[in-house]
Amino acid sequence: MDLYAVVLVEMLYGVASLVLISAGLAVVFGMIKVINLAHGEFMMMGGYATITAVNLGVNVFVAMLVIAPVAVGLIGLVVERLVIRHLYGRLVDTMLATWGLSLFFIGLVTMVFGNTTTGISTPIPGFAIGDYQVNGYNFFIILVSASLLVVMLSVLKGTRSGLIARGTMQRPDMAAALGYNPDRINMATFFCGSALSGLAGAVLAPLVGLVPTSGGAYIAKAFITVIAGGPSLIAGLLSSASLFGAVNQIFTFAISPVVGEVALLVAAVVLLRVLPKGVTGTFFKGRP
Amino acid sequence: MSLNRRKFLTAAAAAASASTLPRMAIGADSIKLGSILDTSGIFDAYGTPMDMAMRLAVNELNAAGGLLGKQVEVVAYDTQSDMALYSQYGQKLTRQDRVDVVHGGILSASREAIRQIMRKSRTLYFYNVLYEGGVCDRNIFINGVTPAQQVEALVPYAMGKSGRTVYILAADYNYGQITARWIQKFVADNGGETVGVDFFPLDVSDFGSTIAKIQSVGPDLVIAPLVGGAHLSFFRQWAAAGMKDRIPLASTTMGVGNEHKVLTPEEGDGIMVAYNYSQELDTPANGAFKEKWSAAYGDSSLIHEIAVSNYQGIMTWGEAVRQAGSLDREAVIATLETGLSIDGPAGRVTVDPKTHHAVLDVHIMEIDGQGMRVVETLPQRQPIDTQAVCDLQANPDDNTQYEIQI
Repeated sequence: MDLYAVVLVEMLYGVASLVLISAGLAVVFGMIKVINLAHGEFMMMGGYATITAVNLGVNVFVAMLVIAPVAVGLIGLVVERLVIRHLYGRLVDTMLATWGLSLFFIGLVTMVFGNTTTGISTPIPGFAIGDYQVNGYNFFIILVSASLLVVMLSVLKGTRSGLIARGTMQRPDMAAALGYNPDRINMATFFCGSALSGLAGAVLAPLVGLVPTSGGAYIAKAFITVIAGGPSLIAGLLSSASLFGAVNQIFTFAISPVVGEVALLVAAVVLLRVLPKGVTGTFFKGRP
Repeated sequence: MSLNRRKFLTAAAAAASASTLPRMAIGADSIKLGSILDTSGIFDAYGTPMDMAMRLAVNELNAAGGLLGKQVEVVAYDTQSDMALYSQYGQKLTRQDRVDVVHGGILSASREAIRQIMRKSRTLYFYNVLYEGGVCDRNIFINGVTPAQQVEALVPYAMGKSGRTVYILAADYNYGQITARWIQKFVADNGGETVGVDFFPLDVSDFGSTIAKIQSVGPDLVIAPLVGGAHLSFFRQWAAAGMKDRIPLASTTMGVGNEHKVLTPEEGDGIMVAYNYSQELDTPANGAFKEKWSAAYGDSSLIHEIAVSNYQGIMTWGEAVRQAGSLDREAVIATLETGLSIDGPAGRVTVDPKTHHAVLDVHIMEIDGQGMRVVETLPQRQPIDTQAVCDLQANPDDNTQYEIQI
């Protein structure tokens, strides 16, 4: 019985971490149609921002939840002004440009922090479910992901800025005709997307050994989740993350971690074959 | 100057004949030592200290008057953690620079990329890194520990401190697979039982399900030959789940690249390892080595297992050249095969004539406050895994990396 509880926690954690690593990409790709291949590097920089702040004596939660998103968001802002804004509507060009950016950021971080593994320890102790010890930090990640989804949903559905962003996403010309500057809105959206990537990197940092090339480990999973999710931002993210997270953890537990990773990819291939427009291209149409 | 056809042909012929000249060993005023290491890119945490150790060793040889009355000159190439560059620079070292010996290679893939180049061009080659064992080639000398040397020492100690059921978590490539088999063998030999084996691709960094699975099996001991930055997450997540005080942990790789300095003491303390070298080794030789290193580079915190292996490899070669009184490859190999020994920072290192591997001291250690505290020293361990499959005395033309069957 305890074992099932533990497996359930691990599954929830798997889903939550997929939501977390994909959220920033979903915003940037889903809303302003920029394929951000530097997404993994934004996460990596979020991790480094956290570690630097913690080493300077900042409380670890402040570093993860405030400093890292703001720092990476600001980097995103600079990138958007210098590079991305010239490329809106040119999907393939954004890929090339952001791929170059990812190499640039890896080089930059290597120069500043060196090419060695760094990290901080998890701030939450483990605890017992019956006879099993579980990582208390898993619950923190589940909590952060759930709050993230709630906040995103309420901003997009409940606020005027959310409405404007969604309007611009569908018809930039119409939004412009109504007096909203699409340039500004895209800039703000890219800032939010970068900040979300930074947050994800920061929150996951205590669980991994961080190197400047760490970003590469996330990028494939993030893209698979976002693309399989389909056009709806939150419904898509949640549905594909739930599916892949559950499949991955069940197979990891039942057989082995290798099979778990393979099962995730097989599930993605089958899903995209059956539903080429992603989950929300077929179900939950019209949700944000 | 106009270049007509006749002049061009003359020049080309001259160039061609110059490049086919035999190696001018006599009359050359220095000895060339080729070094080929990743001093940038993702493996530079391994390669940079190895490069520093190589230069330290060569400076020491030169300060003592060089070898055969000549200075040793370093020809070093940085392979940038790119396996493709190994064959390119390997060719360059043997054909263009015509070095007298090559030391280098870090990953097993890089060693296999250049081993045949060295063999074909008859350039003596030293591979100074801990690896999975089994290489049998008369042209290569290897002085890192092999799994049997480590595991044979580590398993009985770790089982003695925990119990008889063992769970293995290994990296999913030849090193991890082979080492896992050796662990299983020695667990069985010591009256224990392996209750689970899991392999992880090098980019897996989420071990939550595995940690739950280990608990559902409930072993007395976990042994983890995991490799690289992503796998470091296991040690962190293991501690975060509060498992560290429940099930003891041992590893054959933790700390080779000074990983234990990245983990906090709460995460790392108590992990059991077995290596040839530790910075905390309390011997006069190690103290002197650390002082030399500090004098050259400021502080000694970067020294690690394979940097010391590289230093010892170069010193072994230097001693062999000195004793042979010649740079001739056959003469140096014959001298090395007499069972030549040197005393390095990690103790005595002896060439095993049968396998061209090393007989060396293995220290059982526990990670303690971001250092490696030596618990027990097992002097002069034989490379029994490679000895079981390789005999270069009986079969000098062998050129294989054996997969060890257990």
